[in-house]
Amino acid sequence: MGNKAESPVVLEDAVKGPGKLSRMFLTLYDVFQFIGRFFKEGFLPPYEGKELMKQCYDIGYRSLALISLTGFITGVVFTKQSRPSLAEFGATSWLPSLVGIALLRTLAPLLTSLIAAGKVGSSIGAELGSMRVTEQIDAMEVSATNPFKFLVTTRVLAATITIPILTFYTAMVGMLGALLNVSMSEGTSAKAFFQSSLESITFLDITASTVKAVIFGFTIGMVGCYQGYNSSKGTEGVGKAANSAVVIGMFLIFIEEVVSVQFFGLFRT
Amino acid sequence: MEQKKPTATAEKVIEIKGLFKSFGNYHVLKGVDLDLYKRENLVVLGKSGTGKSVLIKIVVGLLTPDQGEVKVLDQIVDQITYKDLLDLRLKVGFSFQNSALYDSMTIRENLEFPLVRNQRNLTKGEVNSAVEEMLDAVGLLQTINQMPSELSGGQRKRIGIARTLILRPEIMLYDEPTAGLDPITCLEINSLINEVQDRFHTSSIIITHDLTCAKAVGNRVAMLLDGKFERQGTFEEVFNTSDKRVKPFYDYNFIQ
Repeated sequence: MGNKAESPVVLEDAVKGPGKLSRMFLTLYDVFQFIGRFFKEGFLPPYEGKELMKQCYDIGYRSLALISLTGFITGVVFTKQSRPSLAEFGATSWLPSLVGIALLRTLAPLLTSLIAAGKVGSSIGAELGSMRVTEQIDAMEVSATNPFKFLVTTRVLAATITIPILTFYTAMVGMLGALLNVSMSEGTSAKAFFQSSLESITFLDITASTVKAVIFGFTIGMVGCYQGYNSSKGTEGVGKAANSAVVIGMFLIFIEEVVSVQFFGLFRT
Repeated sequence: MEQKKPTATAEKVIEIKGLFKSFGNYHVLKGVDLDLYKRENLVVLGKSGTGKSVLIKIVVGLLTPDQGEVKVLDQIVDQITYKDLLDLRLKVGFSFQNSALYDSMTIRENLEFPLVRNQRNLTKGEVNSAVEEMLDAVGLLQTINQMPSELSGGQRKRIGIARTLILRPEIMLYDEPTAGLDPITCLEINSLINEVQDRFHTSSIIITHDLTCAKAVGNRVAMLLDGKFERQGTFEEVFNTSDKRVKPFYDYNFIQ
């Protein structure tokens, strides 16, 4: 009992680490090491194919309903809001191509990724965080298996594969929303709508959208896994991991969007 | 309750020399020396927070020591390659305090997980029979298709031990095997630890602060006091003392 008063002081000292700047560099080093480990282990056998398929299904299934709704509403609302501006110049016939370009270049990848960051990123962060604090990851380690390959590699790969597929799905659903609005307002046929919108979409648009979606998917998976895999401090740590997965994931997606717009802009001139 | 007769041989399977481990300024282990002999059940006793779990986590390579040497089956744990460490872990089973069952998998999948990843040439039938044999050994074959959340604390501990045993380890490390269980279930777990030693010829370190468990399963007892093993021997040798750091342990368990 005599040690009771001493313990908190000792533990407080124990958790005091290096300064803020050093901690930032240590974290950065840790992040790059984590990413490096993914590339090192992700492509070497043995492969966790069954778990990868399960994760792809989970990620797609988990986000599908919300993405369908958001994509459709975005298509309807974006068309409706764009019409008055185009009408001022008598250019409402440009609506299908405007919607097509906007959806494919930016709205679909961004919306899909932000929704996935919320739904999938938080879920990965919480799941792995909970596994970490309940020693399930340690249990995998001590049974001579590789938890990183089973838990991290599969989830990051699944997000990287699934987000581009979901992005094109969002674009398609958004176009249907736009078609509904355009056909009700202008009586445009579906054939004419799609002909007009697809004509304006270039190969570069499709490439840029795919590349962005791949990067966003990788980011969502990696951030969720990093936060969850390295979580600590019990249930509080699990909540923090889930929250950080969303916040950091979204923040990085916006930064990547800005950079990629600049980058692919170089090829458009 | 009768204390187990020593069945150990003179062959050392674990040798720990001058082990130090700190977390910041919190010094947990301060020069630990300990040997585990083949086919011996060694009970490690100590107050909560004295570094008992830290010790076995160092043995299995989950933590690295600050100083000192841990030799397991003639290999120095923190000096071997990752591949050698994985090979060593096949021979060292670790049963976690909270069982650490994979809660998104069924009991069958929990047991299959380490087996199929370490013995990739096994057929589906061989995997199934290994899983069923091990569940039968812990008396829980009927839970094979259940989820961990559907099991009681004692059942979870047994499944955790079965999952560890499926790789047929030579050494078993039990972290608080009876913590949080009722007395009857504690007795069942104690019997299981003894059965494991007899049937699978394992050498074990059992971390606990339950003296009933220590007396029932231990061939030898080591008490961690102030970061060192100051008292080692049979149960009676360790507790036949007026040391104020040791007496309350005995009194709480057997007199109160």
